[in-house]
Amino acid sequence: MNMMSEAAVEKALDGKMNEVSYKMVGREVSVYYGDKRALFDVNLNVRENTVTALIGPSGCGKSTFLRTLNRMNDTIDNCRVTGRITLDGDDIYDKEIDVVELRARVGMVFQKPNPFPKSIYENVAYGPKIHGLARNKADMDHIVEASLQRAGLWTEVKDRLHESGTGLSGGQQQRLCIARAIAVSPEVILMDEPCSALDPIATARVEELIHELRANYTIVIVTHSMQQAARVSQRTAMFHLGQLVEENDTDKMFTNPDDQRTQDYIMGRFG
Amino acid sequence: MSTSILLPILAVIGVAAYAAGVWRANAIARGASSRLHSRPGYYGSFVALWALLPALALLVLWLIASPLYINAAVRSEFPEEVTTLSQAEQGLNFGMVSSLARGMSVLAAEEIDRIGGDPAELRAALGARGVPLAGEPKPFMVQAAGDLNQMTAASRTMMTVAALAVSLAGAFFGLSRVAPRFRARNKVEKAVLASLIVASSIAILTTIGIVLSMLTEATHFFTRVPAWEFFFGTVWDPRFAAAGATASEGQFGLIPLLLGTLYIGFVAMLVAVPVGLFSAIYMSEYASRQVRSVAKPLLEVLAGIPTIVYGFFALTAVGPFLRDLSSQLNGLVTGNYANFIQAQSVLTAGFVMGIMLIPYVSSLSDDIITAVPRALRDGSLGLGATRSETIKRVTLPAALPGIVGAILMTASRAIGETMIVVLAAGVAARIQWNPFEPMTTVTVKIVSQLTGDLEFTSPQTLVAFALGITLFAITLCLNIYALYIVRKYREQYE
Repeated sequence: MNMMSEAAVEKALDGKMNEVSYKMVGREVSVYYGDKRALFDVNLNVRENTVTALIGPSGCGKSTFLRTLNRMNDTIDNCRVTGRITLDGDDIYDKEIDVVELRARVGMVFQKPNPFPKSIYENVAYGPKIHGLARNKADMDHIVEASLQRAGLWTEVKDRLHESGTGLSGGQQQRLCIARAIAVSPEVILMDEPCSALDPIATARVEELIHELRANYTIVIVTHSMQQAARVSQRTAMFHLGQLVEENDTDKMFTNPDDQRTQDYIMGRFG
Repeated sequence: MSTSILLPILAVIGVAAYAAGVWRANAIARGASSRLHSRPGYYGSFVALWALLPALALLVLWLIASPLYINAAVRSEFPEEVTTLSQAEQGLNFGMVSSLARGMSVLAAEEIDRIGGDPAELRAALGARGVPLAGEPKPFMVQAAGDLNQMTAASRTMMTVAALAVSLAGAFFGLSRVAPRFRARNKVEKAVLASLIVASSIAILTTIGIVLSMLTEATHFFTRVPAWEFFFGTVWDPRFAAAGATASEGQFGLIPLLLGTLYIGFVAMLVAVPVGLFSAIYMSEYASRQVRSVAKPLLEVLAGIPTIVYGFFALTAVGPFLRDLSSQLNGLVTGNYANFIQAQSVLTAGFVMGIMLIPYVSSLSDDIITAVPRALRDGSLGLGATRSETIKRVTLPAALPGIVGAILMTASRAIGETMIVVLAAGVAARIQWNPFEPMTTVTVKIVSQLTGDLEFTSPQTLVAFALGITLFAITLCLNIYALYIVRKYREQYE
C-alpha cells in the first residue's frame, strides 16, 4: 500500500468519490459482439438531474454504450460487456443485482416509438402493474394520469384512454412511450435517438418535454442531430470508432472543443 | 418416327434456333451491343420459343385428335350387323380390333402373309407372342385392324413431317424478326408470364374440377337418400350393395361419423396445442442459436413422417400400452384386472394424432412469434419486465391472431387425417362419449365405402362423395376463417 504514489492514492480516492457523486459512472467499459469489439475502454460519468447527450457518427458505439447502462445488451445473444458501471455507487453488472430492478430504475425510450398493441391506459399501466406499484384501481388511475401529464400527453388523450396506443400519431406515440417509462418512476431515463422517426413539430414537443423532465430525472440521450444535442443537453460526450473522444459541457463542446476530431465532426467534416 | 425420337429432334432444333438467334443479333450489333434493344440472349430465346412452341402445340393437338379421327374412320367401316348393336357392344368390338392391331404390329409381315385371313391361326400366333385375345377374331376385324395399323402409321409420319416443318418455319420466322429495335426481351418476358399463369391456373382448375365432380356424385346420392336423413341421421349402417339388388337400403347417418371426427380431432388438439405452443415459445424466445439450429429441424422431422407410420406406432405401441396400463391401474384400485381402455380407442388415436400435429403447431407459431417486432419486446424488457412477463403480456397477445390461425389450420389437418384413425381408433361408427372406447371418422368411412367390389351407382358407394363434400366444406370453412384471421393480423404490423 505504501508503495503507491501519492498521486495514485489521490486518483483512487477521486474515483471512489466520483462513483458516489455522479449518478452513473462507467469505468473502462468495453463491449464485444462475438469477436468484434464495439466499444474501447470508455470512461464516462453521468451527472444527476442533467441531460447528457451522446453524439458521434453512425456505428461509433454511442447506442451500444447507452444500452450497457440498463443492460439491454443482455438481450443480444453474443454480446459481452467488460469494465465497471455503477448506479449510485453499486456495480450494475454485479451478480447480486437483479436486472429487472435495474431496468425499473433505469428506464429506456427507443428510437422507433414502440407502443404495445394495447390501449393507451394499458400501455402506461404496464410497468406499474408488473412491479406492483399500484395498490388499487384508483391508485393506478392516478399513476397513469400523472405519467401522461408529465409526458405532456394528458390533454390530448384523456378522452380516449381506452383506444389503442398504436392509433396515435408518431409524436404522440413517442410521448406515450416516455409516459410509459416515467410510470415506473425511474431515476435515469435513457433515450436512443427518440426523435429520429418524428417530424419537426413532434420533435420540438419531445425536446420541450426533455427540458421539463430534467428537474426530476437524470437523462442520457443519443442523438444524430448536433442541434438537438446543443438544445437539450448540458453535458455532451462525443464518440468515434468505439472510443470516447471528448466529454465536456455542451456550451464548451460546441464553441471550443478540446479535441480536433470533435471540432471536425461538429463542423461537418466527417460523419 | 415415334414421339420419343421426335421430341429430342425438336429440342436440338430449339437449341440451334437459340444459337442462330444469338449469332444473328451479334451480327446485327457488329460489336456494339448498345445498338440492340435487348441483350443477344433474349433474341436467342425469342427464336427458340418460335421454333418450339408452335411445333409442340401442333404435336399435342395431333396426339389428341388423330386417335379420335382414326377410331371414327375404323368404326364407320364396321359391317351393318355390328353398327346396329348397342354402344357397349360396339365398344367391345372395337377393343378387339385395337388389340388385334397391336398384336399384328408385333408379328412380322411374312408371318401375316402366311397366316392369311385365318382367324384361329392368327389368335394362336398372337397368343404365342404374348398378346392374348378375348375371343376368335372375325374376318372384318382382321381387315379393320390392318386399316387401323396403316392409318396410325400414316398419321405418325404426317405428324413428324408437320411438326418438323412447323418448327423450322417458326425458327426462320423468329430469325427474320431479329432487328436492332425489336423488343425481344419484352416478348420473352410475356412468354414467361404466360407460362406462370398456366401453371397457377392448373392448380385452381383442378380444385374446381374436383369440387364439381364430388358435387355431381353427391347429388346422385341425394336423389337416392334424402338429405335430412344423411345430415341428421344418427345411425350409420350402409349394408352391402349386391350388384343388381335394389332392395338393400342402408342407413346413412352422418352424425356418428362427424362426432367421431370432432372428438378425435379435439383430443388431438388437446395434445398438440399446448405442447406445440410451448415448444414454439421455447424455440423463439429462449433457445440459443445453437440449440435452435439443431432442435428446430429435428422437430420438423416429425412432420415428415408418413401418417401410416404414426398409425402402426399407435397400433403396436401406444394402444397396447394404454390398455395394459389401464388394466394394471384397475387391478391396483379394485383388484379386478380388466382393462377399461380399449387398445383401439379415441384416446389412442387422438394422442398419436396430437403428436403428429405438434410440429405443425410449433413451426407455424414459431414463425408468427418470431415475426412480432423486436421493438415491442425491447420496450417491455426496458421497463423491467422479465422475459416470461414479456412473453405473457406483450409477445403472445400480439401474436395471438396468427397463432389462432395456425391452430385452425392444424385443426383442419386433424379432421382430414385417416390412416392413424383406421389403425388406432377402429372402424366402428357409433355415438358415445367414453374416450376409452373405439369410434371412427368420416375419412375412414370414405375409404371403406370406396374399397372392395361395389357397384358404383349404388348409394353405398355414392355416400362417399357426400361425405367427401361435407368434409371438404368443413375444412374449407376452417381454412378460410384461419386465413381471414392471419390476414387481419398481418395488416397490423406491415
